[in-house]
Amino acid sequence: MQRDDLNIVIVGHVDHGKSTIIGRLLADTGSLPQGKLEQVQEQCQRNSKVFEYAFLLDALKDERSQGITIDSARCFFQTTKRRYMILDAPGHLEFLKNMVTGAARAQAALLVIDASEGIQENSKRHLYLLSMLGIEQIAVLVNKMDLFNYSQAKFQGLVNLYKEFMKKLNLQATAFLPVSGREGDNIAYSSDKLQWYQGRTVLEELDNFTSKKLPTGSPFRLPVQGVYKFTENQDNRRIIAGTIVSGQLTVGEDVVFYPSLKKSKVKSIEGFNGEKLTTRTAGYATGFTLEKQIYVRRGEIVALEKELAPEIAAKIKVSLFWLGKLPLEKQKNYFLKIGTQKVGMQLEDISQVIDTSELIYDQRDYVETNEAAQCILKLDREIAFDPVEINQETGRFVIVDNYQIAGGGIIHQGIQEKENLFFSQGKVTYQERCQHLKQKGLVVWFTGLSGAGKSSIAVEVERELLAQGRAAYRLDGDNLRLGLNSDLKFSQADRVENIRRVAEVAALFQDAGLIVLVCCISPHNFMREFARKRVGEEAFLEVYVQAALDTCISRDTKGLYQKALRGEIADFTGISSLYEEPKNPELILSTDKLSIEESKEEVLKAVIARCF
Amino acid sequence: MNYLDKLENNSIYILREAYSQFSNLCMLWSIGKDSTVLLWLARKAFFGNVPFPLVHIDTTYKISEMVAYRDKLALEWKLDMVYGTNVEALEKQQTFPQGGTNRIDCCRNLKTDALKNTVNGSGVRYRLNHQTGSYEQEKNPQPFTGVIVGLRADEEGSRSKERYFSPRNKKNDWQIGEQPPEFWNQFNTDFPLGTHVRVHPLLDWTELDVWKYILREQIPVTSLYFNQGQGLRYRSLGCYPCTFPVESQARTVEEIVEELEKGKFANIAERSGRAQDAEDGGGLEELRKGGYM
Repeated sequence: MQRDDLNIVIVGHVDHGKSTIIGRLLADTGSLPQGKLEQVQEQCQRNSKVFEYAFLLDALKDERSQGITIDSARCFFQTTKRRYMILDAPGHLEFLKNMVTGAARAQAALLVIDASEGIQENSKRHLYLLSMLGIEQIAVLVNKMDLFNYSQAKFQGLVNLYKEFMKKLNLQATAFLPVSGREGDNIAYSSDKLQWYQGRTVLEELDNFTSKKLPTGSPFRLPVQGVYKFTENQDNRRIIAGTIVSGQLTVGEDVVFYPSLKKSKVKSIEGFNGEKLTTRTAGYATGFTLEKQIYVRRGEIVALEKELAPEIAAKIKVSLFWLGKLPLEKQKNYFLKIGTQKVGMQLEDISQVIDTSELIYDQRDYVETNEAAQCILKLDREIAFDPVEINQETGRFVIVDNYQIAGGGIIHQGIQEKENLFFSQGKVTYQERCQHLKQKGLVVWFTGLSGAGKSSIAVEVERELLAQGRAAYRLDGDNLRLGLNSDLKFSQADRVENIRRVAEVAALFQDAGLIVLVCCISPHNFMREFARKRVGEEAFLEVYVQAALDTCISRDTKGLYQKALRGEIADFTGISSLYEEPKNPELILSTDKLSIEESKEEVLKAVIARCF
Repeated sequence: MNYLDKLENNSIYILREAYSQFSNLCMLWSIGKDSTVLLWLARKAFFGNVPFPLVHIDTTYKISEMVAYRDKLALEWKLDMVYGTNVEALEKQQTFPQGGTNRIDCCRNLKTDALKNTVNGSGVRYRLNHQTGSYEQEKNPQPFTGVIVGLRADEEGSRSKERYFSPRNKKNDWQIGEQPPEFWNQFNTDFPLGTHVRVHPLLDWTELDVWKYILREQIPVTSLYFNQGQGLRYRSLGCYPCTFPVESQARTVEEIVEELEKGKFANIAERSGRAQDAEDGGGLEELRKGGYM
């Protein structure tokens, strides 16, 4: 059987016992090299020091003498479920940049809090950075429970405090675990000293994390690493090389290079020993040749003509964290690196600076070491990117100051300075329209398989809202295809364009103050994220209408499943093309269990909470 | 993608980044299994070509099969092969055990210093002439600014602290606490004049991964790794005065994988047959701070 793999980072304040917990985990699961434990124990004895499990990890002499972790060490270990790489991040404030180096490569984190010291500066700072780095699975370990006689009250008190802090960042822990690294309680084995605790051990918690799937269903993106031609070895291929960060590439497809907007067609996908491939997916370092030769360079992003295009801008709105010794400031030249692009950059404006430990927001025109900020960056030329909500891989960047990476961040949007296009400002504001209608505008976006019940629910919600005297309107994907979108078919490109238009119309109606009920299969996350971004987070309510595929097939209200199963409809969602489940919908309606009436009530509750 | 695919593709990404960033790039090839895997990955990254020279530091104490194997592959794969030697230390016999020094100083002279001077262009360098099949001394050796090295984090403690791209200053020092951060596939590739950057594409591989990959890809490795009938094989290759074979029956790559996974070496560190590690207090930190690989 093919075993899974996962990278884990262990973070938290200095001296809260991170290395001890890992040392324990390695020792108690028999993952140490033979003789290592004895070797370190003997060394301690020779130097009349009390042995600690942390010494196993803090392998460097500098560290052993000071008892702190300076850099992120990695170690390997495996369970029957999967193989792990554990990154031990330093808890010292001074070494925050090393913590980031370790944490950025992880898909899940263990955050350690010392029960005696409680929540400290880096207990909070590290959490903030984890969320910026895009790490969604975080288990919190309350360590040194042995010092408090394994008291449940002590544990619960800390858990409540920390939950409150996490809430401010809109984060949730996957679990809270009481442990003692020194005594080995609840690390690899459950402990009889913690009988009040029914949850998992650290080892079980690790296996409970989920591995991140490669984004093969998202639009294709390949940042060009180089264009190779090795003529000196009688090799006349001109190969565009790079790693596919999302989606997939197939021979014969039309590709567009951004930001140059040059176009060509994929002639071949090249392998090592001359083997020819027809398709390659996300995660592969690959190379391809083109039908028509065009001049392209390292730094461009390759996308498919039929899919959602990346954005191009020379000014971007971002969130960033700063690790440099010198502050990030205006009127200074930096470099920004994103994908394989590198471009000169200046800080144009800061909307707020955030103390990541105390969550104090400040307004000033520089960002100091270890602070975060929301800013606008001005670039020397246009770059190609995706907003991070749409594609993580092409939406994050680093900043280089004086030869060194000094900060990192995520792009929220590009700021277009469109020539000859002006937004015509009227004399009526959105607020006035809302007052007039006695409601706020809202887009309720119903997504789900065909036959899951999107339209049936939306019809009832619309009926009820009108009965209550509200202004609502239903935008049904099928209905729009009869008019506005009648020029579109069902190719991937047309589907993306279909959603783009529906989202634009929904956004206009919402701005008019209406409650818009959109019913669209919208099978991909990036489609729904596009709509969410276009409308704005505060006015968007994603409803996942969920039903098992078998249920939908048995319902088959439009007879489409039968056709699709007979192969008469190509790319039918659920049968011959993928439906990506929403990551964080505001509401999930399981129509296997809920009736239409009950589903309607759920939606109404959510709408009322947002609009009135 | 399984994890071996992930490791492979990530290493190729790093190799391509290195190639795009350094005009004077080389790859160290110790002839051992790790750097041979690295060489294989480079051929994959560049579609069958290796667009930079391979550098071997010849201490003259290398086991003779190693050099024969090096030259065979270099000719077969059309590699731009270069080797460097600390001629002066050898002349003055500052070596172990023949000369008056200990193991650590011998390593420093024949490996660390030889490497330093080969990389910065001040030492004696020989280049393979593919027409004649023999080596010629380079007339005007240029410094290399980027050096690709096959070290792995699981080898020993100090190596687990390395970055993929690790800058070294003029004195070749490694300042561990001062390393700049590295994340999201972005590396530190900008550097002031006079420094060079070491690139570590195999950092996340374990010894077992390396052997599994050799097995999967059918990569040729030197026969020293296999038991030739005496019940002995080398697990790690170095100079003969300081590297000892281990007792093992493994005659094939399959048997080595088996031995590492479930057999007698499942829990024994790879470098336990290297005597200089023990002399350095159990770690290589002192040597490595001064530029040892």
